[in-house]
Amino acid sequence: MDRKLIFEISKEGRKAYSLPACDVPETDIETLIPPEYLRKSEPDLPEVSEIDLVRHFIGLSKLNHSVDTGFYPLGSCTMKYNPKINESLANLSGFAKVHPYQDESAVQGCLGILYNMDMMLAEITGMERVSLQPAAGAHGELAGLMIIKAYHESRGEYNRNKIIVPDSSHGTNPASASVAGFEVVEVKSNGHGCVDVDSLRSVLNDNVAGLMLTNPNTLGLFEESIVEIADLVHEAGGLLYYDGANANAILGISRPGDMGFDVVHLNLHKSFSTPHGGGGPGSGPVGVKKELVPFLPTPVVEKNEDGYYYLDYDRPKSIGRVRSFYGNFGVVVKAYAYIMSLGADGLRKVSEAAVLNANYMMHKLKKYYHLPFEQPCMHEFVISGQKQKEKGVSTLDIAKRLMDFGYHPPTIYFPLIVKEAMMIEPTETESKETLDGFIEAMVQIAREVEEEPETVLNAPHGAAVSRLDETRAARNPILRWKD
Amino acid sequence: MSNYIPTTEEQQAQMLKEIGLKRIDELFESIPEKVRLNRKLNLPEKMSEPELAEHMYELAASNKNLDEYDCFLGAGAYDHYIPAVIEHITGRSEFYTAYTPYQPEISQGTLQAIFEYQTMICGLTGMDVSNASMYDGATALAEAAAMSCKVTGRKEILVPCAVHPEYKEVLKTYARFNGSVVVETEYKNGVTDIDALKSKISANTAAIIIQNPNFFGSIENLESFAELAHGNGALLIAYVDPVSLGILKAPGEAGADIVVGEGQSLGNPVSFGGPYLGFLAAKEKFMRKMPGRIVGQTVDKTGKRGFVLTMQAREQHIRREKATSNICSNQALNALAATVYLTVMGKKGLKEVAQLCVKKAHYAYKKLIETGKFKTVFTAPFFKEFLVKSEIPIQDLNKKLLDYKIIGGYPIEKNYPELKNCWLLAVTEKRSRKDIDRLASIAAELSSVGSGRLK
Repeated sequence: MDRKLIFEISKEGRKAYSLPACDVPETDIETLIPPEYLRKSEPDLPEVSEIDLVRHFIGLSKLNHSVDTGFYPLGSCTMKYNPKINESLANLSGFAKVHPYQDESAVQGCLGILYNMDMMLAEITGMERVSLQPAAGAHGELAGLMIIKAYHESRGEYNRNKIIVPDSSHGTNPASASVAGFEVVEVKSNGHGCVDVDSLRSVLNDNVAGLMLTNPNTLGLFEESIVEIADLVHEAGGLLYYDGANANAILGISRPGDMGFDVVHLNLHKSFSTPHGGGGPGSGPVGVKKELVPFLPTPVVEKNEDGYYYLDYDRPKSIGRVRSFYGNFGVVVKAYAYIMSLGADGLRKVSEAAVLNANYMMHKLKKYYHLPFEQPCMHEFVISGQKQKEKGVSTLDIAKRLMDFGYHPPTIYFPLIVKEAMMIEPTETESKETLDGFIEAMVQIAREVEEEPETVLNAPHGAAVSRLDETRAARNPILRWKD
Repeated sequence: MSNYIPTTEEQQAQMLKEIGLKRIDELFESIPEKVRLNRKLNLPEKMSEPELAEHMYELAASNKNLDEYDCFLGAGAYDHYIPAVIEHITGRSEFYTAYTPYQPEISQGTLQAIFEYQTMICGLTGMDVSNASMYDGATALAEAAAMSCKVTGRKEILVPCAVHPEYKEVLKTYARFNGSVVVETEYKNGVTDIDALKSKISANTAAIIIQNPNFFGSIENLESFAELAHGNGALLIAYVDPVSLGILKAPGEAGADIVVGEGQSLGNPVSFGGPYLGFLAAKEKFMRKMPGRIVGQTVDKTGKRGFVLTMQAREQHIRREKATSNICSNQALNALAATVYLTVMGKKGLKEVAQLCVKKAHYAYKKLIETGKFKTVFTAPFFKEFLVKSEIPIQDLNKKLLDYKIIGGYPIEKNYPELKNCWLLAVTEKRSRKDIDRLASIAAELSSVGSGRLK
């Protein structure tokens, strides 16, 4: 039977709200607002009691896989544990119930957190300053690329309208470049899954504004020629952009600024433990080297000699605002608490454990699945289901079968340069026992592909729904409930 | 090991041994020596959980908060009541610790909730299609403007001055880089001057943007702007306050083509400016030009109803540089809060909230004018926000009001120098008659030049 929608359990006359009676003199609304501006009928919303609401949404929640209920090795998404203390702290009235336009004197604690996060993230990435205004990773990318463009334009170099991205990059990289008004040039990867330096050299010219790079890249490999790449791009007059989606491998170990990057974005909802919320809210701070600071979004939080924090709006070279107010502040509070609870040593241990976990899994799985690049990985690795594909079982089937074991599948069919790709990122917050359990399931699936492929092909067997017809959804879109 | 890393030192040694290594450092040998950080990061000393809690309590205590102060400040972030049940739903681990629902079989909870959200946003706005959310109202507006350029093949966006200054700034930032042009037009008696728009509209105009109620709180005549836009082959983008739609005509009914807005008021705390959610909804014919995630209904192999992320051919992970937008993560948990809020309120409750706001805001306006210390600025009809002119600078007045545990309205002169000493006040259903009377009498006292009776 279909699970009911909230509209299907609605019954006229039920209510879940409780509002105060009107305590000011009653006035007919039509005397206050001209009737032609008013609705003739009530908005189409459900009517339920509070218990109906609670059972409905709790019922829905139980259909989700989540970090708190099971292992979530979704590559490039860093599904690490979200410490509970951080949630409690962000919900304090002194953070959650503060209006963004209160007088500066009445928000010193909030401004202090923004300022100190700016400083701490700058230290972690090797940048000069960091803006916390971008609301997510792709938003940070966009802001960073706007900064690069504004920088070149300030030097009169209007011809620099091309951004280079490797063929292994995240889809957001070329999309952000396009939204920022750039043309996208793709460079090939070499036989080791890294940027092919000769291909790069061949596309560098006076029209290049910069190169966007994820390092470690989306194969989980550290770009071996990063120093040479940075020099080449800089010599050609371009800037280097660091996509921080994979920063979980490098905390306290290597800094983008020292690698030669000029602009960095981080995903606080990845490396810095804030929860993903089923697709947000995230936070995508953007950091820059000294010469790019004037171009950061407005406002910037500053501190005067007396230790008083204030908002600096007087920034003539700034790209302007990319969002209202100061970003996803509540998310920043959680990430701030995370950094404060780990300190420098704790952050380094995060990356060490994340990289060890990934290498351990890669080592165990390569006997059963094709490993396209045989070398130590960073915090994640990519294996291919091509051996299994030859037997008629695809990576999609393997992903669905993993659900029967209580695991969220890895990221699949990405990066695009590996056929039947499975990108696995265990994170540091998983125990050896959990990793061993997952490895065992993957080994069993590999055996099933040989012995009883139907079991894999028809998976999942225990989920709330079986495989869904995505083609039908796209061809005949039903995007809202109708009576 | 930290309390968040479960592998023991012994296990780590064992794992290293299995992969044929001795020390963890060896895992990082692919990083060139030259770019390794061979020192400790310069960060504050780590804190235990009780120390961290203490530190954060102190920081929180140095902010004034709306639980302890009566708030009359709005200007884009509003102190509406948040029903207690919401955090019990959004606080469910299965919702807040999940990722974007890429694997539908084990994400039906999030997917169905988004489908319900889309349905409610359509119901409120009178549109056919809603996406799953944008970062905030301002970016939703910028995306809607970019969308209107793609739909019409034109480049110019007309924006009245009565649109929130920060939304205009975001719009201009996006426009500077995507090659569109933002043209500003004037207001008259607190509403958008249609004659000014008429003089600027042309065959290059992709869209007119109307915020309703506008930044001054005044209600705009959406229908007249829809007529003007459509008569010139342009779209009407309406930026609306979702709470106002409890009583105001749905913008779809008034002729809007794309409707966007800030969803914070729907069950999300003001949280010093975020996280909030932007909503974006449009007419069906523009569906495939929309940015962001969209959830659609389908069936599984047995014919059972289920939900998936759909029309992904618009999106960055498929189309890369040709995508309709670069957005990936959005504000799903905030959209869930909005969904639960709209479910709690339902059609009657949202109407009641909107009516309470209107009545209380008008009562507050009347009380302030009656003191004789505040003057009318505009006479246009308003919803929950309005302007009055004070005899003393607003920043001074607001600072003094803090002593009385009142957070005063927005000093609009900051953005509109011609509105000297004007005060933008917001009154939600949370403000009682007593709160309003107190605001009026204290503000009047404080405005009396040379008043020594009050501190």
